[in-house]
Amino acid sequence: MENNGKAWLYLLPALVLLGVFMIYPLIDVCVYSVEEGYNSASQTYFGVGTYNYSYILHDPYFLQALKNTLILVVITVPVSTGLALFISFGLTSIRKLRDLFQTIYFLPYVTNTLAVGLVFMILFKKTAYTDGMVNLLLSWFGGPSVDFIDGPYWAKMFVLCFYTVWIVLPFKILILTSALSSVNEVYYSAAKVDGTPKGRVFWRITLPMISPMIFYLVITGFIGAFKAYSDAVALFGTNLNAAEMNTIVGYIYDMLYGDSGGYPSYASAAAIVLFVIVLTITCINLSVSKKHVYY
Amino acid sequence: MKVVLQNLTKIFPGRSKKPDDVVVAVKDFTYEIPDGALVALLGPSGCGKSTTLNLISGLLDPTKGRIFFGDEDVTDVPAEKRGVGLVFQNYALYPHLDVFHNIIFPLQNLRGEAKLTREQMAERAKRTARLVQIENLMERRPAELSGGQQQRVAIARALVKEPRILLLDEPLSNLDARLRLQTREEIRRIQKETGITTIFVTHDQDEAMSISDRIVVMKEGTVQQIGLPQEVYDDPANQFVAQFLGTPPINVFRGAVRGGRLYIGEDDVLAVPGVPDGEVSVGVRPEGFVLRPDGPLVCRLGRVEVMGRDVSVVSAHDAAAAPTIRSIISAENLPDIGGAEVRFALKPAKVRIFSPETGERIRGTEL
Repeated sequence: MENNGKAWLYLLPALVLLGVFMIYPLIDVCVYSVEEGYNSASQTYFGVGTYNYSYILHDPYFLQALKNTLILVVITVPVSTGLALFISFGLTSIRKLRDLFQTIYFLPYVTNTLAVGLVFMILFKKTAYTDGMVNLLLSWFGGPSVDFIDGPYWAKMFVLCFYTVWIVLPFKILILTSALSSVNEVYYSAAKVDGTPKGRVFWRITLPMISPMIFYLVITGFIGAFKAYSDAVALFGTNLNAAEMNTIVGYIYDMLYGDSGGYPSYASAAAIVLFVIVLTITCINLSVSKKHVYY
Repeated sequence: MKVVLQNLTKIFPGRSKKPDDVVVAVKDFTYEIPDGALVALLGPSGCGKSTTLNLISGLLDPTKGRIFFGDEDVTDVPAEKRGVGLVFQNYALYPHLDVFHNIIFPLQNLRGEAKLTREQMAERAKRTARLVQIENLMERRPAELSGGQQQRVAIARALVKEPRILLLDEPLSNLDARLRLQTREEIRRIQKETGITTIFVTHDQDEAMSISDRIVVMKEGTVQQIGLPQEVYDDPANQFVAQFLGTPPINVFRGAVRGGRLYIGEDDVLAVPGVPDGEVSVGVRPEGFVLRPDGPLVCRLGRVEVMGRDVSVVSAHDAAAAPTIRSIISAENLPDIGGAEVRFALKPAKVRIFSPETGERIRGTEL
């Protein structure tokens, strides 16, 4: 008992910090989300209920943000993970210039999001003077000129997905190259002596052996994509609702501080909805991984 | 299937890329391994034995020389087409597959005419598992097996595709002492039952001596001696082989031959007819000492270790290369050992003479 007390004492600093900065705000968000008509200036509310949830679920801006976020998640997580696997597999297979390529692929990771957004503007944006790099290329191949930044929805979504994949790729490549190089060479020798075809070596040996890392990347990828916001701002500016490119986190921000802001209850409700979605997806991931991930 | 190695040589480039900075891992290895034999490649680490094994398996390409399986030249045949079963030192079992799927992995690789049905695979796996006695472990993952069991699974995986040659790389080094004894008997039994030509690599002379039909002793890439285990032990080609084989190891003395007599220090120990006069290095096996009150070799007594059937007399002599001399004396009719001095006579059959410079064996008419 005496030892136990001591243990709690040692844990106290960490527990206090966690409590103040993690647990309390979490509970507070839950509380806000059910307080109807909360006014942050006067700290008053009319009553307790589910109106906040009902409001945001009927808000076309929230539904747009939800749709955008889901499309972003569904497209970028598999594409970036698959692409990263492909590139890192290529990187481990080559000897020459490997370091050079590794550096090139890692560059986006150390580059500032907004700076990259600017580069993407130059690539994609149509102005009075130029149609942008991509449109130039498109016109060479006889394609139509498309306004990727202020144009149709699919074009903007394409740019957002492209940008997201590009920005998350380096980290995934880094993780997967190290995972690939940590697979013991002897398994490949064993497979070779047994006459295993290359494809089968990849699917039956390499992939299962690096599956914990892939799983890690998928989970963090899902969570990261659900939390996307700054990427959209970098590309389309702060008025995301007008651009139809808002994300859930963007919606939460707008509800708190945006031009239409000042509604912490709506923001909290949206945050809880996001939390529930992420939790559900992560649980599904975990249960799928039980079958396919080998530690 | 016999295996013929012809002038097999493997040279690795050195660290600096200069053309003369090279490591000769295997040098001019020529030997015909008889069909159905169990052959041990024996030597200290870095002697080229594992490289030789990898050359035979096809994982490495020789710099020079040819390899034949039977009459077929397989030197340019890639590893996957050679039909060898290879058991790795750490077994290399796929950790994410259970025992059954590890065993049938090589079978699932078969394509075209050789392709097997599910039932045939299961049948082959079962038969092989029975041979190595792991039928009851089929559903376990490698992590749930002991070292000895993993070893058996690895052997089963190597055997299931009915290879022409079985290669084992340090098969016992990851097992504890008791399991090692048991497993080496097991390897011998499996090899006898399948009749497959087997080559295994070891640095443990005990292991090599006890189960193999032939021993190849290697040092620094060069074959020192090839022969029957007893032959290599009794009739070593040089001092290295003599010292590498046998536990406790052979005792080495500085000596000299004068007028057909062998001297160790000042002690005139043995007649060695036919050996030319000069400085020599003398090796005496521990069992070559006979306690005799009037024995010619006078040593300072260290201690007597009782081992039950035998006793080991530890003593010292000024001419000995090592600080202690270890002799094994039968415990039956053991004379009383006491005092500061112990005197031995030597059995001529257990005394071997080598050149002190080259370590080459010097043979007389009797030794």
